[in-house]
Amino acid sequence: MNSIEKNIDNLKDYKYGFITDIENIRAPKGLNEDTIKFISNIKKEPKWMLDFRIKAFERLKLLKEPNWQKPKFPKIDYQDLYYYSAPKSMDDKPKSLDELDPKLLETYKKLGIPLQEQARLNGIAIDAVFDSVSVATTFKEELIKQGIIFCSMSEAIQKHSELVRKYLGSVIPITDHFYATLNSAVFTDGSFVYIPEGIRCPMELSTYFRINASETGQFERTLIIADKGSYVSYLEGCTAPMRDKNQLHAANVELIALDDAEIKYSTVQNWYPGDKNGKGGIYNFVTKRGLCKGKNSKISWTQVETGSAITWKYPSCILKGDNSVGEFYSIAITNNYQMADTGTKMIHLGKNTRSKIISKGISAGNSDMMYRGLVDISARADNSRNFTQCDSLLMGNKCGAHTIPYIKNKNSKSKIEHEATTSKISDEQLYYCKQRGLNSEEAISLIVNGFCKEVLQQLPMEFAVEAQKLVGISLEGSVG
Amino acid sequence: MLSIKNLRAKIDNKEILKGLNLNINPGEVHAIMGPNGSGKSTLSNILTGKKGYEIEGEVTFEKEDLLKLEPEERAHKGIFLAFQYPLEIPGVNTNIFLKTSINAIKKARGEKELDAIEFLKLIKKKSADLKFDEKILSRQLNVGFSGGEKKKNEILQMSILNPKLAILDETDSGLDIDALRVVSEGVNTLRNQNNAFLIITHYQRLLDYVIPDYVHVLKNGQIIKSGGPELAKNLEKLGYKDFN
Ligand SMILES: Nc1ncnc2c1ncn2[C@@H]1O[C@H](COP(=O)(O)OP(=O)(O)OP(=O)(O)O)[C@@H](O)[C@H]1O
Ligand SMILES: [Mg+2]
Repeated sequence: MNSIEKNIDNLKDYKYGFITDIENIRAPKGLNEDTIKFISNIKKEPKWMLDFRIKAFERLKLLKEPNWQKPKFPKIDYQDLYYYSAPKSMDDKPKSLDELDPKLLETYKKLGIPLQEQARLNGIAIDAVFDSVSVATTFKEELIKQGIIFCSMSEAIQKHSELVRKYLGSVIPITDHFYATLNSAVFTDGSFVYIPEGIRCPMELSTYFRINASETGQFERTLIIADKGSYVSYLEGCTAPMRDKNQLHAANVELIALDDAEIKYSTVQNWYPGDKNGKGGIYNFVTKRGLCKGKNSKISWTQVETGSAITWKYPSCILKGDNSVGEFYSIAITNNYQMADTGTKMIHLGKNTRSKIISKGISAGNSDMMYRGLVDISARADNSRNFTQCDSLLMGNKCGAHTIPYIKNKNSKSKIEHEATTSKISDEQLYYCKQRGLNSEEAISLIVNGFCKEVLQQLPMEFAVEAQKLVGISLEGSVG
Repeated sequence: MLSIKNLRAKIDNKEILKGLNLNINPGEVHAIMGPNGSGKSTLSNILTGKKGYEIEGEVTFEKEDLLKLEPEERAHKGIFLAFQYPLEIPGVNTNIFLKTSINAIKKARGEKELDAIEFLKLIKKKSADLKFDEKILSRQLNVGFSGGEKKKNEILQMSILNPKLAILDETDSGLDIDALRVVSEGVNTLRNQNNAFLIITHYQRLLDYVIPDYVHVLKNGQIIKSGGPELAKNLEKLGYKDFN
């Protein structure tokens, strides 16, 4: 608890809002085949990859943007965006951190991720993605000794072509939906992870996404494969500069767990949320889906969503293998004019599959929060179970919280349980805390962290403290 | 220590306190009695800085203008209120709340904060003194506590924070006979030449254990009579009717 209080004072604003002044190479503006060829070409991709992209692009032409979501926003002009932007210095393919542009190193240092120091610390390997390219990946060599592949998506497409070709698009097909299909056509970079059979990954793997360039969309693509009996814990973090214009981040993340494998995927999302009046901020439209392909496999999503003007995502699990387990732990916070429409889908296909959903939504200011979730138990999924707990916490009278759980149970031997609560932080509660010596921020931080405890506990230790702080900071200024 | 001069308070255009005067010196225990709705809790709220009142008059605490301080600043200065209706805070562990509270106050005073072990020692001793079941402290703050447990929890907090001025708003209501005795002992143990108590109560029985120096009758937003412990005994017999 202490760390929250200590740090709250010196972290008043969105401290990741700076811009790195760096020379870029960009694809010409616009969404068309030339742009796609430009991306594929600059990444020296094999032909099958370009074909994959073009196929997705053809499909995209037939699709319309969905419009059922709660947060509405002005139409995005896809022809007025850059789809590729990378620091010029990355042209020479720096072979080590020492060769990396000092401006990039400086950027990550400012973001609290000193790559060079991190490379010496054990415990966390990092892939750093800057706009459309991965600029560095640490611990690659150490990991490969155990057969673990951790590298950028671009590198994987070249060097681990068989794995990528087999699994890319196997969980999120290129026909999926507008944003996912758009991503399949124009994705630029992200991380690739492969954990071989029987290996327990000895360190946390993580990716840090940074948007820097203006008028640029970031189309991240991540693929994680856990082979039989393996285990990996992966964490992603993200930030962006403060800008008046909205920027699009549309990612596709696919996870595949084979027999007896486990993937733990955590997100601490802190994209620029826009200013106090709702100007600017990231549109975070993300498709995340995990396939529990093998028996006894397990995928668990943990997310702490505090940033973005609009967050729109449903990290999901397809429980195909018998006895497989899916989990979703979420904290979503909206303040000022932020909006979120988030939740999960648990698709039970195998027998004895189990899923658990713990969602904590906190809304403050004029913001609006929607939990939307689907639990679908198929006719074949005998003896399956779902437990859902959905709690909303409101601060003030101008914000909204909504819960829409869709439940489909086609198997009489299976069971779904759903619990939901809505509560409010009252002025009386705050006054009580203040009478005991806590200031507003400390009081809110204490109450909110108490509210989200169950989810915070799911995060890897190294990040739990950071996330706790972030929860307090995101709500700053939400009370008088 | 505390001086209240001609205090008037309105809420939603309704005048509740109508020119209240009171002086409390270090070492004194004052009891306030008065009919329901006479403004006793309003007075405790105003002394601890609750928002929402239109206030006139003057309140000083240790020669400093109290009314311009935030609630937490008043707590840092050593003013404590045992609430008539302690608030429930779901999700917040009682132990963690107590630790956050004492350390927030220590930090504000520039004192060294308690580490986990020091805190545990303190809490063990204080809850034993007050015969307070420690298990309750690992539960969510006041959530599902019985009426009496909530009141005892307030007194436990008081004894941990060791305030200069403690205001007890009907802490005795809802306590069983044994608990009343334990709570009274708690007050008597803390009581010394440097601190003061303002005890709001409806019943004489608490004042049998905690002998006040002064008893005041608050009616209609004013203190209409002050006296010694015998005043409380008379009130018990006669009621408020004849006081005007
Ligand atoms: N927000 C409000 N709006 C209007 N009237 C209020 C408000 N809050 C309190 N009051 C009124 O102020 C008066 C004083 O209330 P207060 O709680 O101070 O009484 P009390 O002396 O503590 O009573 P009790 O012995 O029942 O605890 C009551 O008549 C109450 O209804
Ligand atoms: Mg009262």
